[in-house]
Amino acid sequence: MQVLSYLIPISILLGGVGLLAFVYTVKSNQYDDPEGDARRILSDEWDDHPKP
Amino acid sequence: MTAAMRPQASACPACSAAPAAEALAEQAADKDARLALSVPTVHCAACISAIERELAKAPGVHSARVNLTLKRASVEADHDVTAADLIAVLDRIGYEAHELDVGTLSSTATDKAGRDLLMRLAVAGFASMNVMLLSVSVWSGAEAATRDMFHWISAAIALPTIVFSGKPFYVNAWSALKHKRLNMDVPIVLAIILAVATSLWETSLSGEHAYFDAALALTFFLLAGRYLDHRTRAVARSAAEELAALEVPRAVRVRDGEEETVQVSELAVGDMILVRPGGRMPVDGEIVEGQSELDRSLLTGETVPVFAGPGFGVSAGEVNLTGPLVIRATAVGEETSLHRMADLVAIAESGRSRYTSLADKAAKLYAPGVHILSALAFVGWYLYTFDMRTALNIAAAVLIITCPCALGLAVPAVTTAASGRLFRRGMLIKHSTALERLAEIDTVVFDKTGTLTAGTPQVENLGDFARRDLEIALALAMGSSHPLSTALTHAAREAGIKPAQVSDIEEVPGYGTQGRIGDTLVRLGRAAWIGAQPLAQTSAFLSLGEGQVRAFTFSDSLREGAAEAVQGLLDSGKDVLLVSGDSTGAVEALAERLGIEKWIAEALPEDKAARVQALTNEGKRVLMVGDGLNDTAALAAAHVSISPASALDAARVASDIVLLGGDLSPIADAVTTARAATKRIRENFRIATIYNIIAVPLAVAGLATPLIAALAMSASSITVSLNALRLR
Repeated sequence: MQVLSYLIPISILLGGVGLLAFVYTVKSNQYDDPEGDARRILSDEWDDHPKP
Repeated sequence: MTAAMRPQASACPACSAAPAAEALAEQAADKDARLALSVPTVHCAACISAIERELAKAPGVHSARVNLTLKRASVEADHDVTAADLIAVLDRIGYEAHELDVGTLSSTATDKAGRDLLMRLAVAGFASMNVMLLSVSVWSGAEAATRDMFHWISAAIALPTIVFSGKPFYVNAWSALKHKRLNMDVPIVLAIILAVATSLWETSLSGEHAYFDAALALTFFLLAGRYLDHRTRAVARSAAEELAALEVPRAVRVRDGEEETVQVSELAVGDMILVRPGGRMPVDGEIVEGQSELDRSLLTGETVPVFAGPGFGVSAGEVNLTGPLVIRATAVGEETSLHRMADLVAIAESGRSRYTSLADKAAKLYAPGVHILSALAFVGWYLYTFDMRTALNIAAAVLIITCPCALGLAVPAVTTAASGRLFRRGMLIKHSTALERLAEIDTVVFDKTGTLTAGTPQVENLGDFARRDLEIALALAMGSSHPLSTALTHAAREAGIKPAQVSDIEEVPGYGTQGRIGDTLVRLGRAAWIGAQPLAQTSAFLSLGEGQVRAFTFSDSLREGAAEAVQGLLDSGKDVLLVSGDSTGAVEALAERLGIEKWIAEALPEDKAARVQALTNEGKRVLMVGDGLNDTAALAAAHVSISPASALDAARVASDIVLLGGDLSPIADAVTTARAATKRIRENFRIATIYNIIAVPLAVAGLATPLIAALAMSASSITVSLNALRLR
């Protein structure tokens, strides 16, 4: 049962990382234009130099 | 591509306008212009880059970004860049664009609410998953110290989450209790708090049962329902805003001989305003200069344009047809006849607000029932065992199991599915209970002008004319942009007619067009000008000199899908009525053409509303379909109302459902969908009740474990959601 004492914190921590990542995506407006973003990735316009 | 077929509704509308609003706030600081354009034809990756590239190249533009989901482009530019410049840029590369009023679009408050809910939902989901995993190990036999540790960890996760995620419920429940009422949120809050409190108490006594997982799952499922509900409404609101934003309210003010374009809100009584042909009167006023004809169909339903000259009074909303007019404003803003109509609407609307939605009806039965049941269980067990701990535990279990998890999802899941389906067919559900009300209707009242008819005239008797006459008429008609002339030009060209040689063609605003063939004066225009007897029907007269006068008669063309819509409604056994402000002849002809038996012509706005009211008093449920200002009161008085997107703003505001396209045929279909949706909602309530009937006796008998609570709750929520999805 010793193993629980570090496995539980680790699992919660990992879940928390996922949650923070989600919060980040919401805060940075990544759900604004899901359809447009799905298409933009196919455009080769900014392949060589990223969009300023 | 699958992405192209995805409906707009599938996007996250709640998170879309907030950045716009933020950008707006930033812009206010650096004094740059922010423009929004609606680009309805954008559809692919290449379109995005093409539009962004071209817009960015335009002089004065700092940056441009296309939102494919909303089919909008937002542009940041220097202050002197106007939307017209950018529309021209897009037009050159083949994209149609319309200006959107940025002020109308900024919906900061509603958007924040959507994001806020999403965040709370995410936290609740995260926490409930973690706690559920810990609970699984408890259920599978963790004992003594291990169980206590798991319970304490669950508590550590659950407590902050409940405080953060449950906030919307606390706020709603508190506001209901403040008004001494019960809503669905009161038992929810009670269940959550009681569950957490007894679980904490149990945990501190190293007890066996803790309901942390149940409290969190409850919050999660209910928040999911709330979010769905919010999203459906946000989609409708954003589309409705876009419709409103399409009409950028500007007017041309004439001051000391100079013209300037100003916002309609800045106009004052006594201002001189120039209204060009094709323009809409921004205010009530009196004509000072110029003569023309006015199309008043949106206000009165009349299809025949009226002559207007100096001294003639005009009302806001009328469309100027032929010559430029200068009017002196006599009433602006709230004082205009357009706005006075709002009073009528307010009176009519008070009747509708009495409608209680299915969810409210359920809550009314449900909320007291749950409280009484759980209180009885508590009292019963306390009297039986005299053990506070057992009694409280059982009361909490009853509350959790009966908690309206499925009920909270039952309505939003169905409305989301149904609204999404209707949205793809071009119908926008504006009001949250509109679907339920639409399902109940048995009588349909149609307006004529602009609703069943497209408002564009069609020549009826082209075949009666000699070829030579038509050639002359075409030559004259081509010199004017009057709707009747346009219709005549179109019809004659279709028939392969070439214009005759007519010299000195000039348009006489308000009267018609005239020209010369050799020495003969030829005219096309109003009866009085030509010297003919006016007809009852919409008509234009052609004079070939020497007293030869012939009349072109026009009928209003049917709107696309009008016949199907009427037929579909008649087939499903609905009573269909036609009530119009137009002349008897025109209304009768249309009613006959569509097979409508009951019709009323020359109805005043009050008559229309009174008619709808009378039908309602007879116990009928009326669906009103109309577009004009004269319909607004009737739209508001009806049980449920639909207006086309081409309707006046006031009419759209008064109606529950807006038809986005020009096609009327979805109406009959929408009634079917609404019926199906209401049936699903009732089914969902029944499913939820069945789960309760099975689980509640267990809970009252003290046999419910946290495992049973979790199973009952998840199973009923999932069944209800799946049942709702069958609607698609």
